[in-house]
Amino acid sequence: MKNGLSSLWQMLFGHPVRAFGVVSLLLLISLAIAPAKNHFSEWRHYQKQYLALIQTRGDAVTLQRHFHEHDDTQQIWLPQLGVVDRCTTCHVGSKEASLADANIPQPFRRHPVIPHTLDQFGCVMCHRGQGPATTVEEAHSSTLAWEQPILPARYVQSSCGQCHRAPLTGTPQLNLGRNLLGRYGCVHCHTVKLPDGNTIKPTDDPPSLKHIADKTTREWIYTWLKDPQSYAVTATMPNFKLSDPDARDVSAFLIASSTPLAGDTESDLKIQKAPDPTAGASLYGESFCSSCHAVQNAAGNVVGGDVGPELTRVGNKVKPEWLRAWLRNPRVYDSGTAMPHYRFTDPQVSLLTAFLGSKTDSDLLANVHLDAATPEQIAHGKLLVTEYGCASCHEINGIKKPDNFAPELTRIGSKPLAQIIFLPGMTHAIPDYIAAKIRQPRSFGAALKMPQFSLAPAQVDALTTALLALTDRAHDLPLALTVPSKPPSNYQPAGKAGKLMDDMACFTCHAINGRGGDLAPDLTWEGSSVQRPWLQAFLKNPGTLRPALIRRMPRFNLSDDDAKELTDYIMTVYQTPEFDRDSMPASGYPPAQVEQGKQLFYSKYACQSCHIIDTKADKGYIGPTLTQVGSRLNATWIYHWLKDPQAMRSGTIEPNRNMSDEDARALTAFLMTQKGSSKQEAKK
Amino acid sequence: MTMIGHWRIFVATLVLVSAGCTRKPGPASALKPTGFGAAVVESSGGKQVGATGMVLAQPVVVQVNDEQGTAVTGALVEFSGPAGVSFDPPSGLTDSSGQLSTDVALAGMAGRYQLTARTTTKAQKSVDVKIEEIALGYQEQLGFQLDNKYCARCHNPESTAERVSNYDNLEVKPHPFTEGETLNRMTDAELTAIIGHGGPALNKSALMPPYGYTLSKTEIEALIAYIRLISDPPYHASGTVYAQK
Repeated sequence: MKNGLSSLWQMLFGHPVRAFGVVSLLLLISLAIAPAKNHFSEWRHYQKQYLALIQTRGDAVTLQRHFHEHDDTQQIWLPQLGVVDRCTTCHVGSKEASLADANIPQPFRRHPVIPHTLDQFGCVMCHRGQGPATTVEEAHSSTLAWEQPILPARYVQSSCGQCHRAPLTGTPQLNLGRNLLGRYGCVHCHTVKLPDGNTIKPTDDPPSLKHIADKTTREWIYTWLKDPQSYAVTATMPNFKLSDPDARDVSAFLIASSTPLAGDTESDLKIQKAPDPTAGASLYGESFCSSCHAVQNAAGNVVGGDVGPELTRVGNKVKPEWLRAWLRNPRVYDSGTAMPHYRFTDPQVSLLTAFLGSKTDSDLLANVHLDAATPEQIAHGKLLVTEYGCASCHEINGIKKPDNFAPELTRIGSKPLAQIIFLPGMTHAIPDYIAAKIRQPRSFGAALKMPQFSLAPAQVDALTTALLALTDRAHDLPLALTVPSKPPSNYQPAGKAGKLMDDMACFTCHAINGRGGDLAPDLTWEGSSVQRPWLQAFLKNPGTLRPALIRRMPRFNLSDDDAKELTDYIMTVYQTPEFDRDSMPASGYPPAQVEQGKQLFYSKYACQSCHIIDTKADKGYIGPTLTQVGSRLNATWIYHWLKDPQAMRSGTIEPNRNMSDEDARALTAFLMTQKGSSKQEAKK
Repeated sequence: MTMIGHWRIFVATLVLVSAGCTRKPGPASALKPTGFGAAVVESSGGKQVGATGMVLAQPVVVQVNDEQGTAVTGALVEFSGPAGVSFDPPSGLTDSSGQLSTDVALAGMAGRYQLTARTTTKAQKSVDVKIEEIALGYQEQLGFQLDNKYCARCHNPESTAERVSNYDNLEVKPHPFTEGETLNRMTDAELTAIIGHGGPALNKSALMPPYGYTLSKTEIEALIAYIRLISDPPYHASGTVYAQK
């Protein structure tokens, strides 16, 4: 062996000339390694494949010209965004409009249409992955040096959220996820600071438990704690997976810590048997309770709004004397509730109490038998309430609201993988971790406190999407490159009218000056829009304006004085600066102009497809009925609305018809003659 | 030759990775069927319109029947689809009513997806059923939102709990957007004209108002992309046709 080696040495380097030749050869070979590697590199194969693909096409010349403009590795470099992307080296056709067809194989297909261009934003801004890499593996997967693999398509909307802080029409999933973070109360425990400095605020309004014993029984609390969904399928309260003794002790503590509140129960309760058994249900319907509250019907479908709690089994939960006081004035028990003060009469309160009290499920509490609580149980219950952070969401006597009960999620989308403990078999990537954690928090350890939420797969994806948007990049982007959201409004109407509006919870459904809900029209300019007598009558007794709507304005049984107070405030304060509402008269338009307006209404603009003027002939069901629009709306408002509806109320679906001034004036004249008759008034 | 082999593997990996497919556990060989049917049929969940990469709103449910058409319990059903489509679970045994339900996430590209549910008969013969789903990309999704806000009230004859249809109230009936027989014969330019300038632009009913001053050009394009994608029968662009290899 040794002989063999030395003879080989002798053969190669024995003679100086031979040795020189051998060394030169070795040098040449080593010099050829780099060009060879380049020649046989992965991306060249893709480019060759691409050229083969396009050469048979009709537009081959154009495509080849585009290709040969670069003909090497390609790069998108955007220093401001920190983007160095070579993805287009292999994804050669991503900008070619003619390669959009589904039978063009990847990686050559055109990128789907999006509002941005690749040249302005690059690829990794939205897709993540390693931009500078030039091999498939390194670009798409996480490596030792690069943690962020390609973002799965199901979460791609999260990338929009890095710069766009306000909801976008094109990102329903991201919008839903952001909404759910507030609605499911995630942000009670987890602080989420947004890049603009605001924190996400919860929107679920969990009830205070300070006077819980007035409202419900210990048995109900126990059942609810064990499984909130058994009481209401739409419950957003998560399941803490408490053992029977733990649920017993927590319920014992909550009842023991509750203090009575003056006026939140009515002990002189006499529920008269209603003369008509359907009267309670009718009042429930007439008061449009279902605009906010849902009930599960026999088929298992949940029907109704989601502003207030589901009422399917409310009779199992609330004590009748509490319910009576609540219906009389909910603001006694909860001053900030979204529920309006309906000003029901005593017989009405009785009717509704009896009706709601009958909504029970005989099985729900049938097997719950709790003995009187011992002091040890109550003490243990208090310990559990503290440990599980119940006070993060609920006000509880004797327990302080903990600060930052759970980890902050401000930069969760870029959390270093080294800080995460993955489950066996799980892909080591942030999206998988977040989704798994939301889906089954306790799978990461039985001792973890995070409860089990009841979420559909689409909701888990939406939440994951919203959280993935909270990246380092989102926080570090220069402010000039972001699209800010509207600053939150804390608008509060003044004086007696302001108090009335709080009392009736107007902001639950209506928005004014940026604050409030979207169940009903924005009222910011209502004073310029309507006529005073109509408004006052409407507040007293709201009629149907839009027949196709299911959610309607309820009747709040306002006194004449209160209705006048509100009318005055709305007519004076909620005015648009765009025009003077008295610049066009309410009546007295020349008959010829009215006739011209009528022609325009029915022929040129075909308004009857959505609106009704003649209740016999017209059937349009989308916009408001216009039979009495002349006594409802202000003429100047109608004129400006016809000219540009979106300018008067952004987001309205009435299309802008680009109407001439003359047409708009004639239509206004015609509409102002529609004063309605007393007969029609009575009918609605 | 090996080069081509490699190339195929690269493409396959790339398609999988770029479509965001979660790696599935291997075929469910662990499941032993306890029953065998003669046919597999779709119960529900077909023809849904979802979004690229996202889980469809409703699960896909299939049922295995025997020769008499009675449901078979314990039959093994395996779901499959184009690259990037994921099923949760990808396979399983039918329940006591002969059904198996799976949550489907479509892949990353917009378009129509044909899914297959397969079962084996007692004679080890494979039978399957094809289920079609539609994935909306960003543009079509935007069109869908706009349809929902502006168009569906008249163009969709079906009422929902949130939206009463105005279809029956109109003297001239609008075309539902899935009505391929009519809409596929209209060019993009014609659709743009009728959306932008209203029915009279094409000598059609004035009941269709113009949206050209309400919607942007991008929005109208998105709406057309959406209409084209959900059309039944499917729409095939009649643009430049290039030679196929």
